[in-house]
Amino acid sequence: MSTRVEHMLDALQAAFPDNQSIALSLDLVVMDVAPDQLIETAHKLHDDPALSFKQLSDLCGVDYATYGRDEWSTDTENMASFSRAVNASSVGSLTFNTGMELPQTDQPRFVVASHLLSLDHNVRMRLRCAATDDNMPVVPSLTPVWSNADWYEREAFDLFGILFDGHSDLRRLLTDYGFTGHPFRKDFPLIGNVEMRYDSVKERVVYEPVSIEPRVLVPRVIREDSRYSAGETPKKNDA
Amino acid sequence: MPEIRNYTLNFGPQHPAAHGVLRLVLEMDGEVVERADPHIGLLHRGTEKLAESKPYNQSIGYMDRLDYVSMMCNEHGYVLAIEKLLGVEVPLRAQYIRVMFDEITRILNHLMWLGAHGLDIGAMSIFLYCFREREDLMDCYEAVSGARLHATYYRPGGVARDLPDRMPQYESSRFTSKSAASKLNETRQGSMLDFIEDFVQRFPKCVDEYETLLTDNRIWKQRTVGIGVVTPERALQLGFTGPMLRGSNIEWDLRKKQPYEVYDQLDFDIPVGTNGDSYDRYLVRIEEMRQSNRIIKQCIDWLRVNDGPVLTEDHKIAPPKRGDMKGDMESLIHHFKLFTEGFCLPEGESYAAVEHPKGEFGCFLVSDGANKPYRLKVRAAGFPHLAALDEMARGHMLSDVVALIGTQDIVFGEIDR
Repeated sequence: MSTRVEHMLDALQAAFPDNQSIALSLDLVVMDVAPDQLIETAHKLHDDPALSFKQLSDLCGVDYATYGRDEWSTDTENMASFSRAVNASSVGSLTFNTGMELPQTDQPRFVVASHLLSLDHNVRMRLRCAATDDNMPVVPSLTPVWSNADWYEREAFDLFGILFDGHSDLRRLLTDYGFTGHPFRKDFPLIGNVEMRYDSVKERVVYEPVSIEPRVLVPRVIREDSRYSAGETPKKNDA
Repeated sequence: MPEIRNYTLNFGPQHPAAHGVLRLVLEMDGEVVERADPHIGLLHRGTEKLAESKPYNQSIGYMDRLDYVSMMCNEHGYVLAIEKLLGVEVPLRAQYIRVMFDEITRILNHLMWLGAHGLDIGAMSIFLYCFREREDLMDCYEAVSGARLHATYYRPGGVARDLPDRMPQYESSRFTSKSAASKLNETRQGSMLDFIEDFVQRFPKCVDEYETLLTDNRIWKQRTVGIGVVTPERALQLGFTGPMLRGSNIEWDLRKKQPYEVYDQLDFDIPVGTNGDSYDRYLVRIEEMRQSNRIIKQCIDWLRVNDGPVLTEDHKIAPPKRGDMKGDMESLIHHFKLFTEGFCLPEGESYAAVEHPKGEFGCFLVSDGANKPYRLKVRAAGFPHLAALDEMARGHMLSDVVALIGTQDIVFGEIDR
């Protein structure tokens, strides 16, 4: 397995000498591509016999808005710890609809991650493409290269609001007809915004603001763990 | 002669052949399908978003509810993704137990598929035959986890507990007489392994029975041969995996090609079809049941002679034994931390895929170092298959759409997530 991946790493570095991001991550090769080079890169990944990624296994959006933020400080001992389940430190976790601003970072917020599979070489790779504009994320569509990107992109559009340039039929896929918002964004509350029920007086289904109380039983905690020292992922055998 | 116009036909979401809640908008030219537009999402529960709000172990139960006819395989994909990031070693006995239950699950899934597919296109009795054997397999689920469907049995680092040494017994009731109950209990006298072994002995005969009913059946062939032909090139383009890909004559099985757990130690064959039609996919799945049976047999033989732990000894990830907690302070602390906070994963991303009965089931896990996933993406096996329904159904008759939904082995729990 490992030698196959290393071969592919070399092949990818040879095929894309300008791309500095190609690296090994666990058991597959990861590559970052800018949106304007995505289609060209994808065609090459698909057609080049040394790469031959004939199948798109998966494509999904990731929202990095609150990446690395926890709800409980673990590096300082303080008296406020007991209030960890009451006072929120990030969006959409403990309290909802409070108008809390998302943290400002210079990292791109939306990334489209695709998993490709090469049957000839029996390796996988991850192709990551970050949308440049956070307010209107646009990424070129991969449908000309892999047909099954169609529904995956519709799903990513539906759940994250990422627009796919060149997609022929970008409709919502999973959410209800007439749904507003993009539910998998980090600023979308877990409990949603509206609830629906059948109103026997009006004799139709009515939508109302949510009435349930959100609560979090286990706060989100990030612990410094010496076993996982910066960026290193542990090897299989040294437990 | 009156002009015949195209019309639109709504199929589902409340239709017995829609396998759950599929709404299909079909554009028809007479009885011929011009375009099929599946509307999905009626069972969307936001599993992936829910997983972001709870510690890793609490989401295992949600995985059962994705593809609710092959429960443990879903769990397997999820725990593998976690284990990949943690780098935790899974005890060998746990690996064999996992493989055995993966294959039990595969038979469970294929039996469900065969019964429902047969029922959809007019073979009534096969359904009853399939459910007869499913019952025994679900008893295995029950014996090992206490639940017949949603087992929540796999854990990062192993499985929840070892195989039980006795099977649950039937009791006589208003519906089951004493003699009927004792007859049902005949095979349940020994351990769970004895019970499965007995099943494995019986099962090839049962598969022969299904084949007698269908394989050379003229009506069955008329409904499946040449229906939904997918060429190997298109199958790859459309992202097909599992029996859908193998039916199109591409020998690709993750158990052989990218073996996980102990599949590389076991002896089994990968069946492939030649024509890529519904009949070939039927034959592939039937043969897969026989091969799964072989794998289970090998696992039983190994499990009988090899004892050992079934969950990792690393108590940062798996809870310590109950007895240790009574006398050992550190065990108590581990237990407390695990059940109040869970464990943190190292920062990183992992993708783990298993050969699920329906195809490739993958979990893409993004961790920022917290005790909850930052993002979990489930790659459902049926998702690209259903997306290809439009292409497969074009030019076929309306009644063939039912056969196509059947042959794709659609389950909405995993497609809608």
